[in-house]
Amino acid sequence: MNSLFEEYIRKEALPTLFCPGCGNGIVQQAAIRAIDKLGIRENTALVSGIGCSSWIPCYINMDVMHTIHGRALAFATGLKLAQPDKNVMVFTGDGDCLAIGGNHFIHAAGRNIDITVIMINNYIYGMTGGQKSPTTPMNAVTKTSPFGSIDYPLDGCALANTLGASYVARWTTAHPIQLEKSIKEGIETKGFSYIEVLAQCPVQGGKNVYGEKEPAAILRKYRDMAKEGTVSLGVLKSEKTKEEYIERLRKKETL
Amino acid sequence: MDKEFISKESQGHKEPTKMVLQGNEACAKGAIHGGCRFFAGYPITPSTEVIEYLALEMGKAGGTFIQMEDEIASACAIVGARWGGRKAMTATSGPGFTLMQEAIGYAVSTETPVVIVDIQRGGPSTGQPTMSSQHDIYQARYGSHGDYQIIALAPSSVQEMYDFTKKAFQLAEEYRTPVILLGDEIVGHMREKISVDKEIEKEKEVIPVSAGSPCTDFYKGANTLVEGQLHDEMGRRIGHLPQKSGDFLVKLDEKISKNIDKIASIDTYFMEDAEIAIVAYGSVVRTSLNAVKLARGIKDDRITSKLKIVRDVITKGVPQTLQTDYGHLKVGLIKINTVWPFPEEQLKKLIKKVELIIVPEMNMGKYCREIERVAKKVKVISLAKSGGELPTPQEILNRIIKETGVKKEIEEDE
Amino acid sequence: MAIIKIDKTSCKGCDICYAVCPKKIFVRSQNRNQYGTNMPEVVNPENCTYCTMCERMCPDGAILVERGEIIEDED
Repeated sequence: MNSLFEEYIRKEALPTLFCPGCGNGIVQQAAIRAIDKLGIRENTALVSGIGCSSWIPCYINMDVMHTIHGRALAFATGLKLAQPDKNVMVFTGDGDCLAIGGNHFIHAAGRNIDITVIMINNYIYGMTGGQKSPTTPMNAVTKTSPFGSIDYPLDGCALANTLGASYVARWTTAHPIQLEKSIKEGIETKGFSYIEVLAQCPVQGGKNVYGEKEPAAILRKYRDMAKEGTVSLGVLKSEKTKEEYIERLRKKETL
Repeated sequence: MDKEFISKESQGHKEPTKMVLQGNEACAKGAIHGGCRFFAGYPITPSTEVIEYLALEMGKAGGTFIQMEDEIASACAIVGARWGGRKAMTATSGPGFTLMQEAIGYAVSTETPVVIVDIQRGGPSTGQPTMSSQHDIYQARYGSHGDYQIIALAPSSVQEMYDFTKKAFQLAEEYRTPVILLGDEIVGHMREKISVDKEIEKEKEVIPVSAGSPCTDFYKGANTLVEGQLHDEMGRRIGHLPQKSGDFLVKLDEKISKNIDKIASIDTYFMEDAEIAIVAYGSVVRTSLNAVKLARGIKDDRITSKLKIVRDVITKGVPQTLQTDYGHLKVGLIKINTVWPFPEEQLKKLIKKVELIIVPEMNMGKYCREIERVAKKVKVISLAKSGGELPTPQEILNRIIKETGVKKEIEEDE
Repeated sequence: MAIIKIDKTSCKGCDICYAVCPKKIFVRSQNRNQYGTNMPEVVNPENCTYCTMCERMCPDGAILVERGEIIEDED
């Protein structure tokens, strides 16, 4: 297996529970590469919620907190405030972040607290068998929208932007190099960094959500979406419009 | 301050400083003196004073305070902070306590030491925001889904709000568990003169008792994996393995259930020759003790102040009498400080010679069931009072009189 | 010359690497991985440009690309 995996992965926990062709593995690798390039392994903790994407950090040999559905940002906030000079990264999913975790997302972004969030958006609830999520496209057939979804999908990046996050980016699993770079930039940015990754869930999303079933075909679709500009990809915001939370806290009192 | 209202543990303050504090303030101060350096909370009556005190004082003590967006976030943040190496606490009341249950279950499963303060108010739902109750006694024990043990302390005085909060941190660290401080609006809002430590004492080293979950704080190079699913000593999930899962759950249970003798704290008053025992916890202890004194004919000027006699004379024309001839009613009080884990063996020993047990509670009769289960041959009466007022000494004594068949009754106080 | 190794215990046979390699170095083979599905084998490793796309895009990190002499099989 590749050398970075050898170094970072808890091999005794393998095989991962990800299905063949799952996008989570690609994001995992991009994150590990970013952490390795920055040399912050010992000073970084990974926090995740519940869902397939929340299993990403569980296979990484670092300080990891695998918490409860939707609440990863609340745990991460506590951890960050306890050790403000260390790094905290959050791995979450479209349901974990925008559905049950919506409130914590709003407030963590609003605080502009120095946490890097990687939101893996596969447009579906994969772990529980394929129910619709807040980002599932309109009219998609899922287990809980068998007649087609009637909901307008939410845009996590737009939300993060509006709330005042310091760094907002969206990439896909077909763009691992740009993804790694964005993760690195997000960690380096002092403030709330939100990196959304459009990923594939070939087993539960499949034809109903992406129009394709094969992982390689879904990746091709993402690459084409990027070329055609159907989804806004790239670094969508990279400036601090708000002072970071801990900086503001330090000005008022001792931490 | 009457020595009876200070539990045996509180009597050992080194160079104490005396001050008049509100119960909630004393709880907050006890937290800081107990080593708490992180507080996340959300305001809710009647616990808000805890949060407000710590908003002011936590920074001065070298800690961090944050008001989170809701109670769920508060409970989660304190678990996160504990893994960052800081002792952490939150405070809430009924509705917030309900919201925190999932996070409490997570703290139980991951064996994270945190303190959760529940200043009980009337429920269910919005209930009675400004009135006291003891409705949450079972919720403290069984609130979260799943099988688990919990440690819960029930303070009955402002001194105990201070001391028990301090103790809660010690118990949490020792048994690697969340600890509930089960206060209520009465003890939370009353003001009394108490002794506090003059300065913040050095924290005692504890040897933790655990079920084997990873326990090294983050950023120490241990690559700790904190996992909510049932897990092994490395944090790897074992939920799919029935045998291992069962073993873990048993270990999680036994780390507390097999150490009840070390955890349990009970104070007794006049039990040496008691035939009738009042078993009480929380603020109900105060009126229960007065009932004992009434029964035994012990004159206590503070039971009825001059003002009250005047009021009675005006309303009823009947002066309240303190001297009774109930000296033959051998009533004693068993005050339970650690309501959970239920101190079964300790209680059994104390009620060996008792013929009647009264359990006054500010709920529909809940904790009395535990006592019934243990008391077996002894008659257990539940004096359940709903609505937010303490069962009065007269009510308790009248019930005892009714049960023991003694004819003369004292005037019921409205 | 690239040494491209594919870890049999990690590969899940997802077929992404065939699509991703710009030089079409991976082809479907009759070799089975630990899960019993077909895994790729390496043909023409001399065409490898070390773009690392296969390494990055394999969700299980099963591919290792090293510079060195020609060795086709992995352990």
